[in-house]
Amino acid sequence: MDAIQQNLLEQVAGLHEIPAGAYNIRANGQMAGRNTTANIDIVTKQDSSGIDIKIRPGTRNESVHIPVVLSQSGLQESVYNDFFVGEDADVTIIAGCGIHNSGDGASEHSGIHRFFVEKNAKVRYVEKHYGSGDGSGERIMNPATEIHLAEGASLEMDTVQIKGIDSTKRVTTAQVADGASLVIREKIMTHGRQYAETDFCVEMDGDGSSVNLISRSVAKEHSRQLFKSRIVGNGRCQGHSECDAIIMDEASVSAIPELTANNIDANLIHEAAIGKIAGEQLMKLMTLGLTEKEAEEQIVNGFLK
Amino acid sequence: MLELKGICYSAEDESRETEILKDIDVTIDDRFVAVTGPNGSGKSTLAKIVAGILKPTAGRILLDGVDITDLSITERANMGISFAFQQPVRFKGITVRELLSIAAGRKATMSEICGMLSEVGLCARDYVNREVNASLSGGELKRIEIAMIMARGTKVSIFDEPEAGIDLWSFQNLIHVFEKMHEEIQGSILIISHQERILNIADRIILLADGQIKKTGSKEEVMPELLGTGAHCKTLTDKL
Repeated sequence: MDAIQQNLLEQVAGLHEIPAGAYNIRANGQMAGRNTTANIDIVTKQDSSGIDIKIRPGTRNESVHIPVVLSQSGLQESVYNDFFVGEDADVTIIAGCGIHNSGDGASEHSGIHRFFVEKNAKVRYVEKHYGSGDGSGERIMNPATEIHLAEGASLEMDTVQIKGIDSTKRVTTAQVADGASLVIREKIMTHGRQYAETDFCVEMDGDGSSVNLISRSVAKEHSRQLFKSRIVGNGRCQGHSECDAIIMDEASVSAIPELTANNIDANLIHEAAIGKIAGEQLMKLMTLGLTEKEAEEQIVNGFLK
Repeated sequence: MLELKGICYSAEDESRETEILKDIDVTIDDRFVAVTGPNGSGKSTLAKIVAGILKPTAGRILLDGVDITDLSITERANMGISFAFQQPVRFKGITVRELLSIAAGRKATMSEICGMLSEVGLCARDYVNREVNASLSGGELKRIEIAMIMARGTKVSIFDEPEAGIDLWSFQNLIHVFEKMHEEIQGSILIISHQERILNIADRIILLADGQIKKTGSKEEVMPELLGTGAHCKTLTDKL
């Protein structure tokens, strides 16, 4: 792996070296490394590009890293990764995609991740997107995440896209069974002429199920963002979504929430707030000696932390 | 030493100009100065003008003889002016530790933070990593706001109604905080307040009414005037 790819790997997966535990590293469309453990198996798909990650029931405190890096300008790929998480397992999955494009062809990665989380299993899923390179070619990512939570299962997803992605459409769908819970925290910052679209669709089918979607974003310069969330409560459930955006310069942000209750005991809430940085926040930090620009950076960094 | 010379401030409201401050002349070089006066008399406006948040429509402001009238909020802060807001600002994602570090101008250590927070009656362990967001109560925010001013330790510290939202127990502490601040910094502390107990510790009281200094002097000189400020209609006077 070259220095550019290693830098991407560090940005998206926090990896300086080969990770402990199971991993599969994909670089420019090829497998660049794989390790399996007694409890976690990784198998290359035969019918399409991608892998199956099989986690045995009862696997505890193990992690899987599946980073993807692209440094070849103009490369476009779609990858299908399926996660089968056995009953009572408790694991951390770290995915992420970094694109370095210094050429003029668009580089595009579409990662389609499906999670089948069995009864009472717990998954923490971390996903980071990052782009670099000064070529005129666009860096495009369209991640799709499909989540199936069985009874009592839980999944917490942290997704971050702070820099360098020109265009992204992130679609996340989930089905949540009895007593299962889903938490998704999303952080996005766009600048230049970037476009980011988020589309959540969660069906809470089970009694005692819950979902919490939290999106925080900052749109700078001429960038545009669209946040769509659809929560459907089909059982006795708790649903909450929150979209909080800071808008700066000439940017534009839309939030389109949708709540549907098909059960009298479905309790659904949506909160959305879009606004510029409050003048009083800037003023307060300036009275502490920061310049207006430094104050703005502090506020944005804190907001997206 | 802070000097205000002929400070005027007008605000436009529905195309009508209202004079909020009229020709304020005052020199502050005392230890504790309390600014008091009825609601709407221009106290907070005066504090904001000193901090640079509002620009006076006329007049000059001098800090140790240097004209700071045209300087920004940041420049004034770096020259030694601190301002505790009447309504502290909330920040999503910024922790108490980070805010105190910004105030101190360096990364504050746990023991420094512990020192700052304990002065305002908060236990650092419970607060240091909390975000300064809506999960903190008004009183907690107010104390953190005061701790920030202490962390800065500048030669002029302005507090806009520091007692608002502070419970009785911490009120005594607050006075102790002001005394300690002065001991350590030897600067001037300017407090906007309605509280008699704060007015009691002031070396000098400035009484504002209707945008003008009605009286300035010691507590004994000013207190009697306090009750007679503002002309009220008969209904209100009867009730008072």
